[in-house]
Amino acid sequence: MASKVIQAFYDDDDVLMHAVKKVKEAKHHIEEVYTPFPVHGLDKAMGLAPTRLAITAFMYGCVGLTVAITMMNFIMIEDWPQDIGGKPSFSYIENMPAFVPIMFELTVFFAAHLMVITFYMRSKLWPFKKAENPDVRTTDDLFLMEIGIHGNEQELKELIAETGAVEINISEK
Amino acid sequence: MASHYEAPIRKPLVLGDKGYHDVTVDIAAPVEGKANKQWWIVFSIALVAFLWGLGCIIYTVSTGIGTWGLNKTVGWAWDITNFVWWVGIGHAGTLISAVLLLFRQKWRMAINRSAEAMTIFSVVQAGLFPIIHMGRPWLAYWVLPIPNQFGSLWVNFNSPLLWDVFAISTYLSVSLVFWWTGLLPDFAMIRDRAVRPFQKKIYALLSFGWSGRAKDWQRFEEVSLVLAGLATPLVLSVHTIVSFDFATSVIPGWHTTIFPPYFVAGAIFSGFAMVNTLLIIMRKVCNMEDYITIQHIELMNIVIMLTGSIVGCAYITELFVAWYSGVEYEQYAFLNRATGPYWWAYWAMMTCNVFSPQFMWSKRLRTSIMFSFAISIVVNIGMWFERFVIIVTSLHRDYLPSSWTMFSPTFVDIGIFIGTIGFFFVLFLLYARTFPVIAQAEVKSIMKSSGERYKKLREAGKPLYQINKLALSNETVTEQVAEASVEESDAQVSSLLGTLGTFDAENDTADDLKKVKGIGPQMEATLNQIGIFTFAQVSRMTEKEYNLLDSITGSFPGRAQRDDWAGQANTLNNNK
Repeated sequence: MASKVIQAFYDDDDVLMHAVKKVKEAKHHIEEVYTPFPVHGLDKAMGLAPTRLAITAFMYGCVGLTVAITMMNFIMIEDWPQDIGGKPSFSYIENMPAFVPIMFELTVFFAAHLMVITFYMRSKLWPFKKAENPDVRTTDDLFLMEIGIHGNEQELKELIAETGAVEINISEK
Repeated sequence: MASHYEAPIRKPLVLGDKGYHDVTVDIAAPVEGKANKQWWIVFSIALVAFLWGLGCIIYTVSTGIGTWGLNKTVGWAWDITNFVWWVGIGHAGTLISAVLLLFRQKWRMAINRSAEAMTIFSVVQAGLFPIIHMGRPWLAYWVLPIPNQFGSLWVNFNSPLLWDVFAISTYLSVSLVFWWTGLLPDFAMIRDRAVRPFQKKIYALLSFGWSGRAKDWQRFEEVSLVLAGLATPLVLSVHTIVSFDFATSVIPGWHTTIFPPYFVAGAIFSGFAMVNTLLIIMRKVCNMEDYITIQHIELMNIVIMLTGSIVGCAYITELFVAWYSGVEYEQYAFLNRATGPYWWAYWAMMTCNVFSPQFMWSKRLRTSIMFSFAISIVVNIGMWFERFVIIVTSLHRDYLPSSWTMFSPTFVDIGIFIGTIGFFFVLFLLYARTFPVIAQAEVKSIMKSSGERYKKLREAGKPLYQINKLALSNETVTEQVAEASVEESDAQVSSLLGTLGTFDAENDTADDLKKVKGIGPQMEATLNQIGIFTFAQVSRMTEKEYNLLDSITGSFPGRAQRDDWAGQANTLNNNK
């Protein structure tokens, strides 16, 4: 996508928030904001949809619980039932109390790991992935807002200058 | 608008006149600098201890468990003592990062990274013991429920030892991803500062290409929160299940229903002690005194005092229940602990774990660094003795007096224990030189509420930030508020009321604006003079109105914003 973007640098999270709101008010589309730390409320101000990762974690947890139950039912009840300490393995439900720890552990195991893997995939994070922040200072103390230019470079420049940016940069994408 | 308000009574968590960039520099410094002499000395000692332990492990595995001091009465001694000790220490990290995250404790941010590192390294040490105790560690995979050549031979899911396998491996792996996910933005910070290409490559690899997009952060925060929610019951389950190893048996002194909560409290107790031991040294060596403050140490000491007291209650409950049960074997087990041949271990445990933390009631002692360090060591020793007392003294005098015996460790037992301490410190020292030891991204996010610079600004009534117009000729000009003349002021008042809405004395009733934090009787009078009487009016204020108000009243510029009058008024209005 060979389009031009305007990059506005800010040195304060509050100034950035004001700027984001102003740009949104002026009905410009913010392509991306890079920040060195989580700025609370930024996603809402930018109009990002809420993340559904917590829902996936719940579903993964259900998968883990199912795996635990299926596995222990097969191993302890169906395949090789044993009479341990005078407590025979006739049915899963009767022996369930002994299986609770592992049902819990596998639920957590599946929910945590699969959610994190989903996060890494969705946010494109993996070893040997190249970082995509346009300026190295955005992991230090600068906040960067990127807005696409559609023949309105001067207007955007003026708007951004008013919002308290410390630096403005035009870049080809 | 993010509210940075924090009660002035709360002490700053980041000392010094620091902004965002200062945090970056301070936290990257140990990674970018060279190791000093002390680091090399301590590292060499730890490495020697580790190698000695490794030698003892190799000797054990090649010769057999007979190299240990175990006998047929005391079939479990230092191995399981060390295992439980290390697992217990491993509890503080997750507690600090998960439980304190759920409770929104900001002070956790300076210590969570190192505490989690400590967790992972100590669980690694713990894991070594069951594996070498197997005798044939290359068959360790037999503890997993996998199909095998023996037909329907499965692991026993009724056994607490197998629950332990699942609990410890889930705990270790979940702690690891929790830790690593939190590390990504900080590795990215070091990557983006790195000058040498090799360093840049390594940290680029470690940071998984973290770019810090708004969406990434949104997901990051959600993932952290959900992981904290999962890790909290997980951390409680781990030591609960470890305690089942004992509690589900029929050995007097072991089959106690109080074990799970008592073990968990003890684990937090010993974990916080180890965090204190490590961080008191690290803050000095890495120059992190501004981040890991006396207040952090004090808070950890309070946790130590609280959990130490819980542990003390558990000890006494055990004694009471032994007497109350009327079971003579049970009663003897506890009498033997306190007065038998291992009385010294019992009283060492009592002194270190129950009495020593009580000094922390004194503010002077719990804010003393030297004293905190001493107590943290004492607690670590005491908690090792607790496990030794539970395990060895319960076993050494069993049901058959002719088999009563004592346990004495061999040099191999001692060597392996020393070796794990060495291994632990080798890992921790390497970590302290190569990893960002403080979660700097998170610390930056609390700077405005808890940093000393911003606290001082707030106290002085100065705004925390200014919006300076950028002149397009790249010259920064400060926005000047012109001295308002009388007519201008009138115009401002009407424009202010235009947006806030006017007060109709016949239909509306005036609210007590003093309920809004930051509005005193004087300010209320001024506001009333302008024509602002209700919460509804105040709640409509935004940046523009605040500035207008400031220019009209001319007093306390920026104050309304800092205290978030509009937000407060909105809440008050809704609760009216």
